[in-house]
Formats: sequence, C-alpha cells, structure tokens
Amino acid sequence: MSTKDNETNGNGNYNEGNAAKTIAADAENIGGNVSGSGSSQTYPGSVVAGEVAPPPAQLKKADFVSGQEVRWCPGCGDYSILNNVQKVMPELGIPREKIVFVSGIGCSSRFPYYMNTYGFHSIHGRAPAVATGIKAANPELSVWVVTGDGDALSIGGNHFMHAIRRNLDMNVILFNNRIYGLTKGQYSPTSELGKRTKSTPMGVIDYPLNPLSVAIASEATFVARSLDLDVKHLGATVQAAARHKGVSFIEVYQNCNIFNDGAFEYFTERSERTDRMIYLEHGQPMIFGKERNRGIRMNGAQPEVVQIGENGITVDDLLVHDIHLKDPSVAFMLARMEYPDFPQPVGIFRAVERDTYEDMMEAQITAAVEKQGAGNLEKLINSGETWVVQ
Amino acid sequence: MSTVIDPPPDAAPPVEKHFEELETVTIRFAGDSGDGMQLTGTQFTNTSAVLGNDISTLPDFPAEIRAPAGSLPGVSGFQLNFSSQDIRTPGDQPNVLVAMNPAALKVNLFDLEEGGTIIVNTDEFNKENLKKAAYAVSPLEDETLKGYRVHRLPITTLNLRALQEAQVKLTRKEMDRCKNFFALGVLYWLYDRPMEPTLQWIEAKFKKLPEVARANVIALRTGYNFADTTEVFTTHYSVKKAAIAPGKYRKITGNEATAIGFVAASQLSGRPLFYGSYPITPASDILHELARHKNFGVKTFQAEDEIAAVCAAIGASFTGHIGLTGTSGPGVALKQEAIGLAVMTELPLVIVNVQRGGPSTGLPTKTEQADLFQAVWGRNGECPAVVLAPSTPADCFHMAVEAVRLAFRHMTPVFYLSDGYLANGAEPWAIPAMEDLPIIEVKFTEDPEGFLPYARDERLSRPFAIPGTPGLEHRVGGIEKEHLTGNVNYDPENHEFMVRLRQEKIDRVADDIPDLEVFGESSGKVLVLGWGSTYGSITSAVERLQREGRSVSSAHLRYLNPFPKNLGDVLKNFERVIIPEMNLGQLATMIRAKFLIDAVTFSKVKGRPFQIREIVEKVEEYL
Ligand SMILES: Cc1ncc(C[n+]2csc(CCOP(=O)(O)OP(=O)(O)O)c2C)c(N)n1
Ligand code: SF4
Ligand SMILES: [Mg+2]
Repeated sequence: MSTKDNETNGNGNYNEGNAAKTIAADAENIGGNVSGSGSSQTYPGSVVAGEVAPPPAQLKKADFVSGQEVRWCPGCGDYSILNNVQKVMPELGIPREKIVFVSGIGCSSRFPYYMNTYGFHSIHGRAPAVATGIKAANPELSVWVVTGDGDALSIGGNHFMHAIRRNLDMNVILFNNRIYGLTKGQYSPTSELGKRTKSTPMGVIDYPLNPLSVAIASEATFVARSLDLDVKHLGATVQAAARHKGVSFIEVYQNCNIFNDGAFEYFTERSERTDRMIYLEHGQPMIFGKERNRGIRMNGAQPEVVQIGENGITVDDLLVHDIHLKDPSVAFMLARMEYPDFPQPVGIFRAVERDTYEDMMEAQITAAVEKQGAGNLEKLINSGETWVVQ
Repeated sequence: MSTVIDPPPDAAPPVEKHFEELETVTIRFAGDSGDGMQLTGTQFTNTSAVLGNDISTLPDFPAEIRAPAGSLPGVSGFQLNFSSQDIRTPGDQPNVLVAMNPAALKVNLFDLEEGGTIIVNTDEFNKENLKKAAYAVSPLEDETLKGYRVHRLPITTLNLRALQEAQVKLTRKEMDRCKNFFALGVLYWLYDRPMEPTLQWIEAKFKKLPEVARANVIALRTGYNFADTTEVFTTHYSVKKAAIAPGKYRKITGNEATAIGFVAASQLSGRPLFYGSYPITPASDILHELARHKNFGVKTFQAEDEIAAVCAAIGASFTGHIGLTGTSGPGVALKQEAIGLAVMTELPLVIVNVQRGGPSTGLPTKTEQADLFQAVWGRNGECPAVVLAPSTPADCFHMAVEAVRLAFRHMTPVFYLSDGYLANGAEPWAIPAMEDLPIIEVKFTEDPEGFLPYARDERLSRPFAIPGTPGLEHRVGGIEKEHLTGNVNYDPENHEFMVRLRQEKIDRVADDIPDLEVFGESSGKVLVLGWGSTYGSITSAVERLQREGRSVSSAHLRYLNPFPKNLGDVLKNFERVIIPEMNLGQLATMIRAKFLIDAVTFSKVKGRPFQIREIVEKVEEYL
C-alpha cells in the first residue's frame, strides 16, 4: 500500500505511456488549435463506446462490462457486488442507454466506471443530489446511486436523508464496510464503538449509526439489506429493488479486506451463518437456525428469540414477515435486531407504495399547462406592469 | 418654491394653490414594516410610469421580518426617482421624505437633501414611539427639523375619521391599515398624479374583500381631497413626460428579469429549465418567480441545502436540461466544490449569485459586489469558469439568456453576478420584440461512430452526449480526465495538458462575446471603468461631467471572465482609470494584474449603491 498515493488506494489508474505521447503531440496545439474530433487514435482502457447495445431482451452481462480495468484491491467485497449488478442488469429489460450510475467518492464510488452504462462519478457525499437532478429532469432513466458508509452517512448524510424522503424512483446501494477505505482506514459512522483505527488509536467514542434505521426514519419506501458473500441473495435483492417504484435502499455488508477485514465474520462466517443470521421472507414466519427450529416472536412490544417446540411454542406463535405494512415500526424494530442478541437480519424489510417525486413534479407541470395554457414567451415578457410610450 | 412652513392655524380657506414644474423628484417612503410603505411606493411608481416619466426605484427592507412595531430596526423604506429626463438610478438623495413614525424619521433623515421636504404622520409621535426611536424630545418640537420644509399631518386620525364617517365595517386595526393609501392620496395631489391606476388596482386586489377595497378607496380619495383643500399645501408640482423611445414598456426588477430571462433562454434553446435552489435573501424571489412558470415546463427544486441545489442542477445538465442554480454569497461558498465538478466534467451550468453584504451572514438585505474573486478564483485547483454581470435590472433579462448561450456553446459553468441593488431595484424595460431575441443552438452528439467524450471542437468544447442516446454510454466525473477518452488518468503530462486546455477553453470564450463599448470619447484623461450594478451611477456621473466639457469617459464590463478582447486597448487610451466598486478593489486587482496599469480603486462598502455625486467628486480629483 505504501507506494500508492493517498486516495488512489486500490484504484490508482496510472496511465502513462500512450497517453503521454498523444498529449505531447496535442500540447503543441494548445493556444493554437487542439482538435480531437475525428481522431482515429485508440487509447488504453478506452470507453466501450461507439457500439450500440442490442435490444433489452438480448442484453447479456458482458454488455454491461466497461473497458475500464477494475482497480479494487484483490479480494475486496466490491468485486462481488459489481459482478452481481452486472448480472442482474440484463434481466431488468431496460435499454442500456437509459441506465445511469451515479456515485460519490470512496472505493465503492468507483463503481460507475466499471459499468458500461451512462455514469457520473460525482463528489463526496453528493451522489443522491446529482441523481435527484438526473431523475427529476428525465424520469425515463433508470437511476442508480452507489455510495459508501462514509459517503452516505457522514458527509452526505443530509442528501441521503432528503433523497430518500422525496421518494424518487431510484436505487441506492450503500456499500457498508464500516470503514473509510479510500482514505486508508479511518473509522466511519458505522464503525463499532471502541474500534481502533488509524484515527482512533484508543478506540472510537462516537456511537454508530444504523443505515437501515436512518433510511426508515427518512420515510423510505423500500429498505433491504444483503451481503457481498451471498451472491444469490444479493442478486435477488438488487432485482427487487429495481422493480420497486419509488426509492429503494439496499445496505450491503461489504468486506474491506485491507482495512477492516472480517468485519462481519462474527455472523457471516459460513458454518455459523444460519444460526447467526435470519433471512427475512415476505409472508413467512421468522424462522432461522441450522435446524430451522428457532424463531422470532413478539413479547408485548418487544421481539424475542424463541425455540420452536419448547414451552409449547409452535410456528404459529412466530412473527410473520410483512414487507407491506404501512406503519414502519415493525421494519424499524427488525432493523434494530443485531447479533448476538438476535440473529442479524437480511432481506427486504419494507416495501410500500407512495407517489414519486418525479411523477408529482410532472403532474404539476401538466396541471399548470392545463390551467394556464402552454407557456408563451411573448405573453410572459409582456405581462406585469406595462405601458406604451407613443 | 413657495411653500409655507407650518401655516398659521387661522389661515382661511379656500387656499390659493400654485403649480410648479420640476424635472426630477426623489421621494423616500418610510414607515414601520407593517405600514405598507413598499406598496405605497410601488403604486406611486406604477402611476408615474404610466404617466410617461422615467423611473427608477429601490426598496430598503429591514433584515428582521417583524422587528417590534415602531422600533428603529423595523423601519422599511422605498425610494423612487421619477423624472422628465433619462435617469439611471433611484436618486442620490431624496427631496421628499414621507415618515410614518418617529423611527422612520430618525433612520432616514440623514439621507434627505438639505432643505428637503418632510411629510410626517404626527399621530404616531407619541411618548411610546418616541422612546422606541430613542428621541428624548419629539423632533417635531425641537430644532431637529430646522431648515427642512415640514408638513405635519395627523394621518392616522384623518384616515380613521373618514372611514368611520363612511361607516366602513372593519375593525379599528383594519381601518388603520388603510392609512398608507391616505398618504398616497396626499402625494398624488402633491405631484399631480391620477388616482385611476391605483383605484383599479385596489378593485382587482381586494375583489374578494369588498369592504377592504371600499376602505382603501375612501382613504386614497380623502387623502387627495384633503391635500387639495388644506392650507398645509400651497403648491403642487408636475413632472412632465420623459422623452422615452416609443414602444411598450414594463416595470421590472432585477430578480424578475433574471427569472423570466432564464425562462426565455429555455424557450429560445428548446431545452427545459431546471432550477435548483435553497432559499436565501436576496435571491429567493427568483425561486418564487420560476415556481410560477411550470407551464413552461420549468422544474424548480427547493433542495435541502445549496450543495444539493447545485448538484441537482448538474445532474439535470447531464441529461441535457438547462441546469441552473441560484443563491447569494454564502450559498456560493457551499457550491464551489460542485462547481469544480462541473468544470471538470465540462457540463453547462449557470450559477446565479445575487450578491449581498458579506463576509459570512453579513448584511443579508443590503447590496455589495464583493464576490467577484469568489466567482473567478474561488475553487480548488485551476478551475476557470465564465463570469458575467448584468448592469441594470432590465439587463438581467439579456444576460440570463447570454449565460445560457455561453454555457451550452462552451460546455462550461457560467457565473451570473447580480446583487441586492439590481435584484430589488426596478426600472422601465423596453420589452423586446420576439424576433430580436437570439436563438440558442443546442446540439447533442448522437453518432456513435468514433465518439470520444472528451474530443474537442474549435472552441475546445467537448461533445454533449446525453443519457438515452444509444451507443454513447460513457462516464464522467471529478477525477482528472484523459484527453479525448475522458478516462481516469493520473499521468503528469496529461494533467498539465488538461489544466491548460481547460484554461484555454475559457480564454477562447472571448472570441464569442462583444467588444467593450466606451461611453464618450475613446481617449482622454479619465476612464471610469465599472461592472455590474454600478452602471447607473457611473454613467450618470460621467454624463454630468461630460456636459461640463470634462475629459472623461466610462466603460462597463458585463463580461468579467474572460474580459472582452479590446479591454486592454480601451484602457491604454486614458491617462487614468478609476474603478468604483462596492468592495475593496477586486476588479481593480484583476485589471492591475492583467494589464499592469495603475488603476485607481474607488471603494464603497456600506451596503448601499454609489451616489452619482460621490463618483463625480471622486473623478474630479483626477481631472
Ligand atoms: C470534500 C472531501 N472530503 C474528503 C475527501 C476524502 N475522502 C474520500 S473518500 C472518503 C471516505 C470514503 O469512505 P466510504 O464512503 O465509507 O467509502 P469506501 O472507500 O469505504 O468505499 C474520504 C474521507 C474527499 N474526497 N472530498
Ligand atoms: S474497500 Fe478496502 S479492500 Fe476494497 S478497494 Fe477499498 S481499501 Fe481495498
Ligand atoms: Mg466505507
């Protein structure tokens, strides 16, 4: 790591050679006439552009792989997420040119460069705001936000909250590695209390945020959690998010094998996973465990873990998962369950319908046109306090 | 003039009234923020405009929404200059002050010209109000108003009596609220204005409140008739029509002109307008105005903060909309990182800064021009953007259209520097004919063949390929771009090349803007160089000196980055260049740095515009 520049960790795309030569040629023209259009030269790692994608029904995963070399550290959880998203894309039936990936800054936020769609790698924390402008301006686009725990919840906390409450029809995927990856290992707003990092040699003293709690409190209409390791679950969750009309928020537990390796192993560890995690399924009682004999039931206003078959407890006593509950309290309660007191829940927590921001915006424009007539510039400039000088 | 000061109480009616003609009159209406002085001033202005006078106005709002009634911070003012001549400013010093309470008198008396006229509402000069205005003794009773022509009118009482006699069915408080129309009636008589335009306005405004309409009509007429019959006034005045070019005019404030200018730009370019903004004085009215024009397809987005506002505008730009964001200085400070992103991604974007007194929260309701550096140099890295500044309220319309034209044509962020004075000041605008408005050409790239997102045309502008276009899928972002491909690139040669390229791209905008025009001789002793809202005072001052045969000219910059190509030549032809600015010399610093000339800074940072005579006096020092 030591040879890499700050903020290029794992992503340094040092592109000397060809590029330098081209520039030497063009540099002479600056101040004179640099004209690149019509140039037939090719460049290393060039965008895969100039080739029109097949119709949506024939799209394949490969159609979504951009020419950019992926520069995450080997073993990084981001690879798996990228792989899954590229795999899911063809199944959505959306023409490639109508898809836009928007990100902030962070390792995770390099994501758009690797997708052969339109992409916008914006600035730290602001992706939800950029995406809001894109979606509001052109509601026909399928808009995806990729963000990190620092990007979304520290510097971008404000935009995250407001983009969610506005309920634009877009998908927000938060790569939660509980650390700042790109800046090399400082704690993040999701790092656990007491965690020792470069910036907290004696341990973190600020209490962590729970991204799902924040999303639910921000009136999210679709809230889910998945993990980089569980390829099938992740793919299905991304699909469900894409199909939800309104804002979809997915938190993905992502391993940063360089600065926070094994952060989630205490419940994701393969041999223990079924005991330590619960996969939420709509309409199903909340059962988990290797033997599928443990469950969640309500005890008054509190959830509790129970053993099926003990003390006369049957499956019928268990909480049945309902993602469509209007009231977000149960989703919030589930989002607060954490291992070791509870199994760590993943899956869809909440999916409800509400009018989207862009639909309401379009509706107001339509209503204004109906009421006032389509805008007439001549009339507009001639309105107000006018008089004629003869 | 032959006005009787405080006529003896036993003077017998009918009073003989004289008529006198004046060229220009400046009136300041001042009262408590609840007294409706803005409305009174606006009505007087509209009537004067319809009458054919040239007009220029400036309101002066208190920073507090509702400061305690009768207090000094609660004073709200409105200044109107109307004339039979061509005028460009709301007037240096009022000739007439209408003071509805002691606080209004106290705050505004210093501005009144020597020997000026004061109309006071004596009813409000009670113990309590005097105390709130920190007058130990009533200024009506001591020497404070010595040398002024003072008309003492018990406006509250007269108004109330008239309404009670007419058996108006309103509460006492509601009736008192009509007293500004009584005062307006007095002024209409005094300056020989017709009441009809205001009567019509009242009927329309209070259509649903007929009793309120009736009360205001009575107040207005009673005020007029009172002035006509009272012995207090012996003279009234007329201000003739100005020699204004024939045509249709509209009274417009800078903020209105800005808003409809951007709507016009949308119509002229065929691109929908997206306005991202977060409320801030004095820019909020642009948001309010644009929100009313949804039938033009305008999308207004009130964001959670200025950063989100600009980022959403950038997102909208990315899709091919006109991405517009508007704010004042503190908001621009927040937007700068994102503006850098727009520079790097080379997307069109317009940033409106309605400047106000700074630093920090500063003087939110007052004017200043101290954000020029912030616009030109306020971002990290070498981060050039185009900077424009409208020069008058009406010019705001044309510069808004120009900002959008340049943003698209050169794929760049464009700053638009208005200020509080332009924003709220109003003047007549000769409404342009539709065919005189420019067409803004916007071309999107659609051909996938050989597409490179960072290729260049002769302006060094890159192709604009918007999402939805098949085969042109590409990524943009804030990391350094490789020339032509736009790929992420950290190569040192590439970086220097791109830094220079981005600069050169902005420099070449100079090929696309008009030359700087000189007002007066193209060479001589002194050139007064200005930018932005100082246009009116500078031009009027220079005109006054020219009439006296002095060797002085002026030039006004509406393009501040890059400068017009002939600026250096213009400067060269004068012995001295004086630059009046409402800052400590920001344009002067740029001029000195670029042209190595010993330009003289003339600063004013009082939250108020330059007076014509201040500039005259300064220039005289160098003649
Ligand atoms: C305005 C600004 N401040 C700080 C940074 C430095 N910075 C870049 S990424 C980052 C944290 C990223 O953490 P996270 O969002 O968790 O992403 P990860 O790298 O872990 O995927 C920081 C502090 C920046 N790029 N911009
Ligand atoms: S998140 Fe961690 S492992 Fe992944 S690229 Fe960043 S530093 Fe490397
Ligand atoms: Mg992180």
